[in-house]
Amino acid sequence: MNYLAAIGSYFIMIREVFKKPTKWSIMKSLILKEIDELIFGSLGIIIFISFFIGGVVTIQTALNLNSPLIPRSLIGFAARQSVILEFAPTFCSIIMAGKVGSYITSSIGTMRVTEQIDALEVMGVNSLNYLVFPKIIALLFYPFAIAIAMNVGIFGGWVAGAFGGFTSSAEFVEGLQMDFIPFHVTYSFIKSLVFAFVIATIPSFHGYYMKGGALEVGKASTTSFVWTSVVIIILNYILTQLLLG
Amino acid sequence: MIEVNDVHKSFGDAHILKGISTCFDKGKTNLIIGQSGSGKTVFLKCLLGLFTPEQGSISYDKKNYGELSRDQQRDLRQEMGMVFQGSALFDSMSVEGNVMFPLEMFTKQSRSEMQDRVNIVLKRVNLVDAHHKFPSEISGGMQKRVAIARAIVMNPKYLFCDEPNSGLDPKTAILIDNLIQEITREFDITTVINTHDMNSVMEIGEKIIFLKNGLKEWEGTNKEIFKTDNEAVTSFVYSSELFKKVRQMYIEERN
Repeated sequence: MNYLAAIGSYFIMIREVFKKPTKWSIMKSLILKEIDELIFGSLGIIIFISFFIGGVVTIQTALNLNSPLIPRSLIGFAARQSVILEFAPTFCSIIMAGKVGSYITSSIGTMRVTEQIDALEVMGVNSLNYLVFPKIIALLFYPFAIAIAMNVGIFGGWVAGAFGGFTSSAEFVEGLQMDFIPFHVTYSFIKSLVFAFVIATIPSFHGYYMKGGALEVGKASTTSFVWTSVVIIILNYILTQLLLG
Repeated sequence: MIEVNDVHKSFGDAHILKGISTCFDKGKTNLIIGQSGSGKTVFLKCLLGLFTPEQGSISYDKKNYGELSRDQQRDLRQEMGMVFQGSALFDSMSVEGNVMFPLEMFTKQSRSEMQDRVNIVLKRVNLVDAHHKFPSEISGGMQKRVAIARAIVMNPKYLFCDEPNSGLDPKTAILIDNLIQEITREFDITTVINTHDMNSVMEIGEKIIFLKNGLKEWEGTNKEIFKTDNEAVTSFVYSSELFKKVRQMYIEERN
């Protein structure tokens, strides 16, 4: 019953976020600040993870292709497909749920604890629009981060494959170009956008409606990470079924 | 003027406010006092519109808050200023940014007009050299003064203060009390202060509401509180030996 109430509250919150918008001159600067914090601030970890994940996928694929009948170019093909379809959008989103999600929950939660949200409400500001809307808009740029993750992941795969002696550079590139379906990139961007919305709103919900003090802010951050990850994984399954199934 | 009529508020099974009716006068410092758990903060949050009473009404200059649309309620809130117990300043903004925030949000003033207004209110609360400091860089007393400046920058009709003296030394506490009283008279606003501080009660309590177990137990002025025979009030207000002696001296003087 509590879960149902929380789901209901979440959707009511979403509705409130889009009501009574904040003045554009203020909102503009809030959005730019959030893009800097949430997107540019996360590029480092996204690039780092993507590079090594691409490398690991390539090595593991190469080690499992023992048959001489299977061309080595399949290593590049498998790396491309894995990175574009799954590792870049989903794996990075789980990481972002931890990094960005906990930042969102703790920053909004701290504002709740220190009565800053009450101060906004008393002034007549729609606090949900002021706090959550800029984060949703900023995370619309998340697919750009995912595009970088895709490229870096494939580059990491090429580095690991070519320089690790698992395949030649030419074979890897041949694999990358094999049976390319452009819709797979579109599918990946659609997933990223949906995950971005989840990453912006679920942690905001846990921060905004938290009760208690500093300890509860920490607990809310953990809970929000768990729920954001669960929702991302469920939506990943549903979207894959709908778009590729 | 704020008129409160039979306000009830519960959280689950806990009935916090059990039918409070009173009136807060314009141009006066109205104090709400009572023991911890008496319902003071819940009552103040009902006055601010942060909590919705289950029963009863709160009217601001004849405008019944409960009958207003959500947008009208938000518009009415722009006529309110609030000083929170912990100041509730925005950490990411400087002192100037905090005070300017309501102006940026709700007015179409130019940057220089806003700057002038911020300078006026910061000067009014005796803060002239702190414009570019952040809340974490200033003392508790200064934070309270910034909070007061932010609360009055839009020329509010109603000023609410939740324990404005908590965590302050006695000298700063008196300064804050006097500042609130001066501002109330100067701008002719309806000020409601939630306090535990007996010095505030004696100094600026032009109207005092004493709450006990969610009910209004007593109502009067700081002069009348010396004379009252209400046992709940006297045992709360004169709980310290010092105040007992002060009251005794006052009664003896009168006799």
